[in-house]
Amino acid sequence: MEGVYDLFIAKSIFVGIVFAITLGVAAYSTYFERKIAAFMQDRIGPDRAGPFGILQPLADAVKMFMKEDFIPAKSNKWLFILGPCISMFTALMTSAVVPFGDTITLGGVTFDLQGIDVNIGILWVFGIVSLGVYGILIGGWASNNKFALLGAIRAASQNISYELAMGLSIIAILMFTGSLSTKAIVEAQQAGHWNILYQPIGFVVFLICAFAECNRTPFDLPECETELIGGYHTEYSSMKLGFYLFAEYINMFISGAVMATLYFGGYDYPGVDFITAQFGATAATLLGAGALIGKALAFVFVFMWVRWTLPRFRYDQLMGLGWTGLIPISIFNVVVTGFGILIDQPILTGIAGVLLLFAGLVVYDQLLVKKKIA
Amino acid sequence: MKLSDKTKVLEQGEMTLAERMYLPAIVGGMAITLKHFFSKPVTIRYPEQKRYLGPIYRGHHILKKDEEGAERCTACGLCAVACPAEAISMVAEERKPGEEKLYREEKYAKVYEINMLRCIFCGLCEEACPKQAIYLRHDQMVPVFSSRDEVIYGKDKLVEKMDQRYLREGWK
Repeated sequence: MEGVYDLFIAKSIFVGIVFAITLGVAAYSTYFERKIAAFMQDRIGPDRAGPFGILQPLADAVKMFMKEDFIPAKSNKWLFILGPCISMFTALMTSAVVPFGDTITLGGVTFDLQGIDVNIGILWVFGIVSLGVYGILIGGWASNNKFALLGAIRAASQNISYELAMGLSIIAILMFTGSLSTKAIVEAQQAGHWNILYQPIGFVVFLICAFAECNRTPFDLPECETELIGGYHTEYSSMKLGFYLFAEYINMFISGAVMATLYFGGYDYPGVDFITAQFGATAATLLGAGALIGKALAFVFVFMWVRWTLPRFRYDQLMGLGWTGLIPISIFNVVVTGFGILIDQPILTGIAGVLLLFAGLVVYDQLLVKKKIA
Repeated sequence: MKLSDKTKVLEQGEMTLAERMYLPAIVGGMAITLKHFFSKPVTIRYPEQKRYLGPIYRGHHILKKDEEGAERCTACGLCAVACPAEAISMVAEERKPGEEKLYREEKYAKVYEINMLRCIFCGLCEEACPKQAIYLRHDQMVPVFSSRDEVIYGKDKLVEKMDQRYLREGWK
């Protein structure tokens, strides 16, 4: 009984730490978003609050809290409040199944660096992410504003469309691992056998879908300023708006962590055995957690990098890409992966799959797409 | 009707395979932004850092004195006439004996006022002046004002101080 109690305490502390890291990363993502945008546009960015503007998130938070918290008269008041709450809640829930590290023994308690190791881990992520769209949908509908409603509808249809391709790209990984547990997926990738080597097509599809799921540029149609004022959060102000923006950054970080888990070996890093031999298992595990966070932050950088490079897709382009582009490609990927498992040559088949895809596209282009004759 | 052979009919054909896949263009674009990410920012942090605005920038007005420290202005009023914004007004006065050190000519401006709310910094006063008395200096701007009492600049703010004379580039 004593052991269970200790385990509970240890897990609670771990969850608290993950919570703090997630919120801290999200807060500082706003700062780095602005800094990265500035650097990419040959500017300096925020540099007034503290050295290098490092206190800017604090100033922003104070601003958000001090502003008038306005609820439109004709809105549905309770749903209006519920919307950002759901967004924030679901964004924070996703991190529960991300394995931050291997088993660790601290103070006589042995536990996993993972919130919960459920055998449906990746399905949990999908379920929670699908719930997240309710936050946007409810908020947009409750605002009683046509632009907000349009943004919410866009968010819903976009998330549904891209979840299909995302799920199909995951299936190929599940075929390798034979388990839905994120822990099992990471353990199958240890010692450099990262899934990116076996699943290049799947990763690209998953990455594009992750952009769409996080409502990030080039798929930020739900909040596209040029068409819909602010999209689903047009009517929101103060910290309720802050929650929506915050949830987006949390989602970015978590999807980065999920991508690292699925494709980049999770907490695996080169030289695990060396560190374990030299400094002990605890140090190796903690370094692994650091490696996972580092990978996730690298993905956050990619998210920002893309945002400040690409313009927004048109809505029909978005839908066309999702339904006629990514879904067939991910089905093709599933077939190729299955063939690779059958002949027991996963890496070769992965490369062959990429080449075959290109060849197929070129042939299709030559034969079926009508060329205008100049 | 075709006027020359230089017109070129542009026809946008179907996109090629590479264009329809978006990815090559995306990678190219991301390379460009990454290049800028590591390049030096062009920002000038304004209140702390100031940019050189050039030798012909039209900033703060100054009423010049000559080498002996006598005011050059004779209150002829040509600047006031030339001013399109009617910002300049003055009151002339005859020079008394013993004031030769103070004023260069027999007549001088007892009051010389420029309304900085009206002034458009066109520099026509500088062009009109026959005595080379008024200039718009290139190195200093009229500061921001917050009340209407501050906007009329009298001689106290306009006349050149002998210990910090204004020299424009190209003058000796």
